[in-house]
Amino acid sequence: MIYRETGQFRTSYAADQAIFRLRQDRIGIALVLLFAWVGVPLLADDYLLRAILVPFLILAVGAIGLNLLLGYCGQISLGTGAFMAIGAYAAYNLALRLPGLPLLLDFLLAGLVAAAVGVLFGIPSLRIKGLYLAVATLAAQFFVDWMFARIGWFTNYTPSGSVTAPPLDLFGWLIDTPLEKYWLCLAFACLTAIVAKNLVRSRIGRSWMAIRDMDIAAEIIGIRPMTAKLSAFAVSSFVAGVAGVLWAFVHLGSWEPLAFSIDMSFRLLFMVIIGGMGSILGSFLGAAFITILPIFLNQAPALIGIELSTAMVSHLEFMIFGALIVLFLIVEPHGLARLWQIGKEKLRLWPFPY
Amino acid sequence: MRLSTLARTLATTAALALLAAAPAGAADTIFYPHLVYRSGAYAPNGIPFANGVADYVAMVNARDGGVGGARIELEECETGYATDRGVECYERLKTKGSGAIAFSPLSTGITFALTEKVPVDKIPLQTMGYGRSESADGRVFQWNFPLLGTYWSAADILIQHTARISGGLKGKKITLVYHDSPYGKEPIPVLQDHAAKHGYTFEAIPVTHPGVEQKAAWLKIRQTRPDFVFLWGWGVMNSTAIKEAVAVGYPRDKMYGVWWAAAEPDVRPAGDDAKGYQGLALHPSGADYAVHKDILKYVYDAGKGAGKREEVGEVLYNRGMIDAMLKLEAVRTAQKLTGKTVVNGADVREGYAGLDLSAARIKELGFEGLVTPLKVSCADHEGARKARIHQWDGKKWVFVSDWIEADTKYLRPKVEAAAAAYAKEKGITPASCP
Repeated sequence: MIYRETGQFRTSYAADQAIFRLRQDRIGIALVLLFAWVGVPLLADDYLLRAILVPFLILAVGAIGLNLLLGYCGQISLGTGAFMAIGAYAAYNLALRLPGLPLLLDFLLAGLVAAAVGVLFGIPSLRIKGLYLAVATLAAQFFVDWMFARIGWFTNYTPSGSVTAPPLDLFGWLIDTPLEKYWLCLAFACLTAIVAKNLVRSRIGRSWMAIRDMDIAAEIIGIRPMTAKLSAFAVSSFVAGVAGVLWAFVHLGSWEPLAFSIDMSFRLLFMVIIGGMGSILGSFLGAAFITILPIFLNQAPALIGIELSTAMVSHLEFMIFGALIVLFLIVEPHGLARLWQIGKEKLRLWPFPY
Repeated sequence: MRLSTLARTLATTAALALLAAAPAGAADTIFYPHLVYRSGAYAPNGIPFANGVADYVAMVNARDGGVGGARIELEECETGYATDRGVECYERLKTKGSGAIAFSPLSTGITFALTEKVPVDKIPLQTMGYGRSESADGRVFQWNFPLLGTYWSAADILIQHTARISGGLKGKKITLVYHDSPYGKEPIPVLQDHAAKHGYTFEAIPVTHPGVEQKAAWLKIRQTRPDFVFLWGWGVMNSTAIKEAVAVGYPRDKMYGVWWAAAEPDVRPAGDDAKGYQGLALHPSGADYAVHKDILKYVYDAGKGAGKREEVGEVLYNRGMIDAMLKLEAVRTAQKLTGKTVVNGADVREGYAGLDLSAARIKELGFEGLVTPLKVSCADHEGARKARIHQWDGKKWVFVSDWIEADTKYLRPKVEAAAAAYAKEKGITPASCP
């Protein structure tokens, strides 16, 4: 009754092409953004900001990166962790070797380095498809793990192989409180989401989707598979690289190659699959599911006043988390974003469903 | 109607929860956060250590009513040895109660991440026998306390011992099999440096986490036949290494583990094959010290033990106990220095910096024979750097050497140089020490 388009007429092409065509949606997203930018800083404490929201936002950016490649272009990649690592180490080395480099430029250059490496490892995608490509990108993951663990130059020859991020100095503004870090990550998340959303609605995004749906047909109607696939790898690796810089510089502060191991690639893959392939909203939902839920499950017994041993809680966390993944995949194989969409359609018909 | 009932129930529950929480906060309590891993690949080693800490704290609470009149509230948080979960646990626990007294991450990776965070939050980081080796320099690392010995000290002690028993290391071959993480890489610079000095050939072979796949490493050892193999492993990697050594026929009594690779969970899975395996010991094992009697009496007889009774006195159990004891001694020193009963992280840092554990005090605590006296100073945060070598006879660990002290004259300049490089990179001005 409330959520329907009756009476809203679109009289210009611009209005017809808007991302949110329903007034209710526009109000909704404005409220969400207002809450994220103003409400959360007023309500949340340091723990919530530093330990939960910052990692959630960074991994959401990473998940958007993978979603562009997997969800929109249909290229399975198990190397997202590697591209994040490239971003993180590139930013570290650029900051170390070019003192005085502005932070944002450092982030962007690191993203470009990740994009270049992404294109390099995307070349096999021109010949191999599907699961075989997944195995080929796995090579990227192992190669990058090996490179940063073994080649001392990348870690500035630190004896332990662990490097630390420089202070985050954004045009003279030192970002060190949890709130400032949260705002920085939120800005990156919003920006990535807007750019990604518009990208997939543009010509280039449509060519990715054409390749995903049927590459031979796409080729026949004049889409170059090489350009489409490699551009998807480039954009996806760029976003993953920026997420890697944020993860290393803002969240961890000090890291070793293990922080971007194969586990990270799998986590991002699960985020995209559970959140919803081919959906920007799904990347956020998936990131929330994979990062926040385990921490919540770990604290839930104490919150409701049940005393359990630490080992028991952590085993329960794994069991419930695993069961929930299976449950969601059975209930809705297209991910949480699809559930949200079904909900919206139901809401349009309410209270007179037919 | 239903909604209002729900709201009322919620309000009542919240009020009850507040009431329940109030008395606990009113009494004098200090908050002891404890990062543990009771699950995951490293649980066999994480559990005895965590039990040692939990039992010692429970005993001090039951016997003395806490430390200096303040009851100790212990809360565990599971990290699974993962750095990001460790950081989450740290953030969760650091402001609980009257503020965390100190953190012991029991993971080199988490230590590196927290080293960046503790100066901001003003909470000391106690890394007994692990962590960054250069953090022994207290002028740069004001909040880190790698008590009892760092990995550089460990590497130096092993070289001293092997040089002594083989009559000089000239022309010998030493191979390091290490966990491919900051933990495993720590000793490499010292072992390489010694190689030039003593004239042995040094080779380092990495093993990827969690360390169940080591075939390639041990085939290489079969080819090169080193005179000694040093093992810098953790968790399941250690027992796997011993089994692989058996498979390629490498003698176990030529293998030396660091103190994290020389405990019961490392040798037991290999059965009789582990006989003769040696390792560093920061402290003895066994449950016949005065403190164990108190733990058995106050904790296990009351049915409140964290683990099994027969596991009291294992190597890692004792290490957990010592870890907790040193932390509480730092609290006691802080109470004496500040005159406060309830101390916070910043006070406890002063307590660590002034920690002076004399032989008499150790005896009073019931740790006579378990730890040697140590004295922390403003510049030296390590306190003591001694270890013994012990050997597994199939049933228990037997000492084969006396206490060996790491060569401070050799190590200290290296520590200072590495710390100065860190200070320069991070823009820290080292504190001046009297």
